[in-house]
Amino acid sequence: MNELPQQLANGLALGALYGLIAIGYTMVYGIVQLINFAHGEIFMIGGFGALTTYTALPSGTSLLVAIPLMIVGGAIASVAVATAAERFAYRPLRSAPRLAPLITAIGLSIALQQLVWQFYPDAKKAVSFPEFKGEAFHLLDNLAIQRADAFVLVLAPLCMLALGVFVSKSRSGRAMQATAQDPDTAKLMGINTDRIIVMAFAIGAAFAAVAAVAYGLDKGQINFEMGFILGLKAFTAAVLGGIGNIYGAMVGGVVLGIAESLSIAYIEDIPGMQQLGGGAWSNVWAFVLLIVVLLVRPQGLLGERVADRA
Amino acid sequence: MRHRSLLILTSVLTTGALTLTACGSRDEGKGGGGDNAGGTTTVVIGVDAPLTGSLSALGQGIKNSVDLAAKTANKNKEVPGITFKVEALDDQAVPASGQANATKLVGNKDVVGVVGPLNSGVSQQMQGVFAAAGLAQVSPANTNPSLSQGDNWGKGEFKRPFKTYFRTAATDVVQGKFAAQYLFKDAGKKKVFVVDDKQTYGAGLAAIFSDEFKRLGGQVVGTDHVTVKETDFSSTADKVKASGADSVYFGGQYPEGGLLSDQIKKTGAKVPVMGGDGIYDPAFISASGEANDGDLATSIGYPVEKLDTAKKFIADYNAGGYKDPYAAYGGYSYDAGWAIIQAVKAAVAANNGKLPTDARAKVTEALGKVSFDGVTGKVSFDEYGDTTNKQLTVYKVEGGKWVDVKSDTFNQ
Repeated sequence: MNELPQQLANGLALGALYGLIAIGYTMVYGIVQLINFAHGEIFMIGGFGALTTYTALPSGTSLLVAIPLMIVGGAIASVAVATAAERFAYRPLRSAPRLAPLITAIGLSIALQQLVWQFYPDAKKAVSFPEFKGEAFHLLDNLAIQRADAFVLVLAPLCMLALGVFVSKSRSGRAMQATAQDPDTAKLMGINTDRIIVMAFAIGAAFAAVAAVAYGLDKGQINFEMGFILGLKAFTAAVLGGIGNIYGAMVGGVVLGIAESLSIAYIEDIPGMQQLGGGAWSNVWAFVLLIVVLLVRPQGLLGERVADRA
Repeated sequence: MRHRSLLILTSVLTTGALTLTACGSRDEGKGGGGDNAGGTTTVVIGVDAPLTGSLSALGQGIKNSVDLAAKTANKNKEVPGITFKVEALDDQAVPASGQANATKLVGNKDVVGVVGPLNSGVSQQMQGVFAAAGLAQVSPANTNPSLSQGDNWGKGEFKRPFKTYFRTAATDVVQGKFAAQYLFKDAGKKKVFVVDDKQTYGAGLAAIFSDEFKRLGGQVVGTDHVTVKETDFSSTADKVKASGADSVYFGGQYPEGGLLSDQIKKTGAKVPVMGGDGIYDPAFISASGEANDGDLATSIGYPVEKLDTAKKFIADYNAGGYKDPYAAYGGYSYDAGWAIIQAVKAAVAANNGKLPTDARAKVTEALGKVSFDGVTGKVSFDEYGDTTNKQLTVYKVEGGKWVDVKSDTFNQ
């Protein structure tokens, strides 16, 4: 059986998830040049917000009704935490040397993890999340798309499209571009840059919440630690695509996801490479790819949007 | 201005923290002497286990069960003149944390024995620290053979590396072979796909299983590895499906095992996943959704719920008001704690009813000779510090619960 279409689909779904989370890294970096290392935890909190919403619904609610509400509930939780983090952890340090907010971000990430661990009932281990039941969609003989994967594969492009239209067409979107290009001049032009920065955090957080719902529906469980590795991978995706570039985040995510899937499936079939394949090596190959891209094209695949500022 | 106020705030906080620490140590100084008004000596049983993180379900069960053993001993005045206290440290299943905890326990002179840790990989880093201090360690859950029989056990050279190391859990040699025999003979599976998590426990177990399965005449049609804390194994799952395997053996723990089983079932491959005691936990079932009926796990001992000897333990545990269940290793942890208590009893009895000054050495010596009927059956240790209890059980997932399907005493 040819498993290539299936492995590509796996990679694509994983990549779309990385891409959705990577938006948060890339937008915040694009505007304030801060690598928000707590973004993985914003993603995790989106998942717990969605789960809380689900448990508050009357039992027996159809998932079709529940999912939009869960996305809203998750987004409210993650946006609230992200904007609070911006206001109380990052804004006071905005004029400090770059290292200070970076350290704050790492500290915040640990604090948020421990808070959920401590206060969310049963969060000390994985907690179960409503799972997408039912048969996968059999598109071809050798290609089945799981329902949860289909969900993320449909939603991610829609989110990207909406974001693209928002950034290029709306007033706030243009103000955002102006702030990214030169915050001081933007301020002189009457743009409330503080509001724009909060907006960047909020949009990233909302996308992370969508990703968290997709993740929960797929795995059937969420975990207070889940933000760490996924956050790291999404950050990698953002760098791979060109940090600061919102389309780059999605491209970087997809490239990373497919690279991981294919390395697990095929590298050990290459003669002489048996020892370097399989799941054990997927992270190695993902990061080798990152290094190669950065060596050949330091600005990332689609280029760094903010590079022209310096 | 702002910087100065920040400086002042930091200084105040630091001073406050230092003052608090000082208070703490003074209190400790008062109580640390051991003797109190009642004329009893307090000895501490250390516990090291993952109390937080994804394996905390098991770790909390270990901690609580040892706590129950200490409380029972105090209540029954098991050792006259001795009051037992438990000090539990969290290793988060990280070897370096385990080593730091071992150092901390060694530093507390009231500690006469330690129960733990859960993970074989963590134990590797702790054994040396305990051995140097002569402090006995009894693990309720370590199953890697090299911990007690030396690195070359696979070649038939058995050499006990640390005389302070004991365990109430049977080793992976027993468990892996038992699993292979069950899967090949009882379940009639001939083509297995083997996955492990690259850890000391998981990889070791998978290797022992594979060797035995091949020796019996079965075929290993593919192998792969997963990374701990990753959650997407769909590519590995598709490899399993493409290989045409009729069963999967997973060496690792339940967080990864549950997701792997789930993702294999989602590909449409209706094959059972089997694993060791690392996946024998309710969390394995909840992690893998509803479709994992038929998945198998081996675990050491007979099912605790079915043993007459465990009835009292279960009743006491439930009456103890512990927040978490005793989980897979509760019975072994209670027995490990009780073994230390019995060793203290022997050491005290040999020293005219007083705790000997070289308590750690005497307790270690006495541990090698303990023999009593514990929660999990007869508790005693062989010349390597391994349990002499080689009973095993195969469990199967049925209707969202682990049900025991075969219990036996293992003999080569």
